[in-house]
Amino acid sequence: MTDAAVTAPSPPLWRRLIGFNFITALILGVAGWYVGWFGAHAVVGPSLDYFGDIDYNELSVYLAYLGGVVGFLVGLGFLNYPVRRLLGYPPSLREKEESGWTRYFSLCTDHKVVGIQYLWGIGLFIFIGGLNAMLIRTELLTPHNQVFPAGTYLTIVGMHGTMMMGMMTSGILGPFANYFVPIMIGARRMAFPRIEALTFWLLMAAGVVLTSTVFFGGFPTGWTGYAPLSTQANPGIDNYILFFALVGVSMTLLGLNMIVTVLTMRAPGLTWTRLPIFVWGVISTSVLMVLAAPILIAALGMAALDRTAQTSFFNPAIGGSNYLYENLFWMFGHPEVYVLALPGFAIVLELLPVFARKPLWGYRLAVSGLLGVSLLSWFVWQHHLFVSGINGDLRPFYMLSTELISIPTGFTFLCGMMTLWRGHIRYTVPMLFCLAWFFNFLIGGLSGVFLSDVPSDVTTHGSFFVMAHFHYTIMGGLIFTFFAAIYYWVPKMTGWELNERLGKIHFWTMFIFFNSAFSVLFAVGFLGQPRRSVTYPSNLQFLNDWVSISAFLLGASMLVFIFNLVWSLAFVKKPAAANPWGSRSIEFQLPSPVPVHNFDRIPVFSGDPYGYGEEPMPSLTPAGAPAGRD
Amino acid sequence: MASEPTAATPSGESTNLGLRVVVAWLVLSAIATPLVAIYVGPLIPPGNGSVQAQGQTFSNQVMVGLITPVLCLMAVFFAYGLIRFHMRANETALEGPPIRNDSRIQLLWLVITTTMVLFLAGFGTYELLKDGAGGGQGPDPIALPAHHHTAFPVQVIGQQWEFTYRYPTLGGMESNQLVLPENTLVVLHVTSLDVIHSFWAYQLGVKADANPGTDNVAYVTTKGPLVFHVRCAELCGLWHGYMFDNGFVVSHTAFTHWAARAVALYRSIKPYVNRPPEKGGAPFSLTYLPAPPGRAG
Repeated sequence: MTDAAVTAPSPPLWRRLIGFNFITALILGVAGWYVGWFGAHAVVGPSLDYFGDIDYNELSVYLAYLGGVVGFLVGLGFLNYPVRRLLGYPPSLREKEESGWTRYFSLCTDHKVVGIQYLWGIGLFIFIGGLNAMLIRTELLTPHNQVFPAGTYLTIVGMHGTMMMGMMTSGILGPFANYFVPIMIGARRMAFPRIEALTFWLLMAAGVVLTSTVFFGGFPTGWTGYAPLSTQANPGIDNYILFFALVGVSMTLLGLNMIVTVLTMRAPGLTWTRLPIFVWGVISTSVLMVLAAPILIAALGMAALDRTAQTSFFNPAIGGSNYLYENLFWMFGHPEVYVLALPGFAIVLELLPVFARKPLWGYRLAVSGLLGVSLLSWFVWQHHLFVSGINGDLRPFYMLSTELISIPTGFTFLCGMMTLWRGHIRYTVPMLFCLAWFFNFLIGGLSGVFLSDVPSDVTTHGSFFVMAHFHYTIMGGLIFTFFAAIYYWVPKMTGWELNERLGKIHFWTMFIFFNSAFSVLFAVGFLGQPRRSVTYPSNLQFLNDWVSISAFLLGASMLVFIFNLVWSLAFVKKPAAANPWGSRSIEFQLPSPVPVHNFDRIPVFSGDPYGYGEEPMPSLTPAGAPAGRD
Repeated sequence: MASEPTAATPSGESTNLGLRVVVAWLVLSAIATPLVAIYVGPLIPPGNGSVQAQGQTFSNQVMVGLITPVLCLMAVFFAYGLIRFHMRANETALEGPPIRNDSRIQLLWLVITTTMVLFLAGFGTYELLKDGAGGGQGPDPIALPAHHHTAFPVQVIGQQWEFTYRYPTLGGMESNQLVLPENTLVVLHVTSLDVIHSFWAYQLGVKADANPGTDNVAYVTTKGPLVFHVRCAELCGLWHGYMFDNGFVVSHTAFTHWAARAVALYRSIKPYVNRPPEKGGAPFSLTYLPAPPGRAG
């Protein structure tokens, strides 16, 4: 099939545009949107006076976007496989893996293509989220003068939070786990390649759904979407609900795919204790994703029903409970924040041995730390509700469980620090980002101690202290390691080097201005500025201006990164060496970029990839076994 | 990547390096912790505006005191480690010693972190149960201060976008000003008429979510006269940012005077107040003590 594709004459352009591709997807997406919109109006609009009084119709918003998403996915070709199988055609397991640059804009079953799609797609939406952060800081330059109307400000805050939370959930697992987990376990693909592509395109559809909330008046609830505020809000909240539900579906499928892949597709010799620690991080994250995201989908489904069908799950005035939403949301939400943190731990532990030139210290302890965090994160969610009046007598328990989680987190610190100890440390760009993780996550973790303690939490809950805390853990913990992963792996993924000098400028400006912005926010919160508030006491203006200016400079450091990416990958195009870091991990024993079929022969593993200073680097011994099923 | 046989390095060197870090850490902690206690301690919020605020301040101070040595350990380790172990140009060994584990260090680390965690949880529980720490505890509070039966009740009613206050012992008088008598144990019954708000009296050290249909109880023992900020700490819609005001703790005499005037004012507007909102009455609480209709959780 490969040979045929290469030798066959290419059809004319107009012929290539017809078929299941991105353009068709956009057309069907728009068509589906209008079918849903007018369909719901036709069915429901005239029949209820309630909808007659106002110029919108909640059901129309939901059906329009659902129709749009379905149309988009059909246009990409997600229905082809089941339909063809129903009609009796033979199965085709590979889609568009050989089709040039257009495969990046289509349903492609090559896990490496999906990884790169994720990197750019998520990057785009994180950029939008980052711009929202800049707008927030612009508004907070002055306490009283308004840059934005209050409602617009709340929409910006909500967009920033929701976009970042939704997109960064797959920030490491999307690009890097999709690309490298199959390679690290010696496989040629993920267990469910079509579902892998589906998770990506669902996420992109979700991003568009959330961004278009501006056409429906935005939403005032922040990323938590608490009822009953969500019940009385603009139809823009419907976009929020659909966005998070789609992200939830994408998360669940992504996690399932990862778990099944690692469970069933490991190459011969790859026992559990030889698994790279990054794969362990992916497993512990995936378990959380698979179990937590359905709770979110259910909670948002109820919120959507409250808005469209007046079911009153969450409306206390007619028999519901606003605590139900808070409970369900945080029962998802706390595992979710560890979905954000755990891949960061894993990246740090994966990269430190490479740049400290030492084996990973305490492999089993590191694994138990990751799994321990994963387990304990299920028992802490009501610490978000310490002053809400829910289960007052359970607060000592949640205080204890929250503080217990610092023990497995401490394992990650110990293993990382002892790996550095007596190493031969090379300060490359990825290493700098990993070391910054220690600093940031330490501050984030120690500030979390204040929030886990009920008496202290009464002071800090709902203030900028909380906000600084989770930016230290998520931005300092996840985004920094996300960049570490980019600088470490993008040369392998694209085959081109990134500029190291620009990388170092990016790192130092980001590290300095990140800390300059968010450390001050601890003080701002301690001094009594509540989150998501468009005004604040005048005496806090100096600190807020300091934070805003630091935030703008932080934004500028992101521009350095974007410039580096565009400059190195689009203009300089310096070919990357196969193993620029001297890593013993298997993906660096393959050429850059990795060929479509990954391995000529399925490798046989004889040890973990951390044997620095031990025996010489093992070559990729071809197995005697056949090259595996496709 | 051929490596030198560094495994032969005597383990004594590692112990010596480790000892250096430990000694430097102990010295730095011994200097830094008292300095932090002396210079940072008094700045720690929320101050001593009430007994509960004082308790929170104490908790915050203890935690700042506890994390200082942890920060010192990290600072010493990384300052020393990153300089000492950085790869130099003339290095002969390209790779570090292949040390994979040391169960003694693991055990020590586990014991230390567990001790700290258990101490923190015990300390936090004690401080919480002592007097409720000013936090909202729902309709059935368990952390009761002494003599809580004699507490002066005030109902805090959140609505978009204002807090109003109802004084059951003053004939159900309602006011949009929070005034409290000094040196009194006050029980705040926090509730909401619409969405979730959060009543945050910063200097009093009180924070309790205002949930529709739920009585969220918080205790606070006032001290001397005080002007405190009241803010909404839970996103409640469009004008959330403007939902702030000042509250006052005043002497008993001043409180009696204020109460008399407020009761008179309330009586004069009461015929309008009790009308439903859509008929022009002020939309004050529909929830009345002592029979809150809803239970939390």
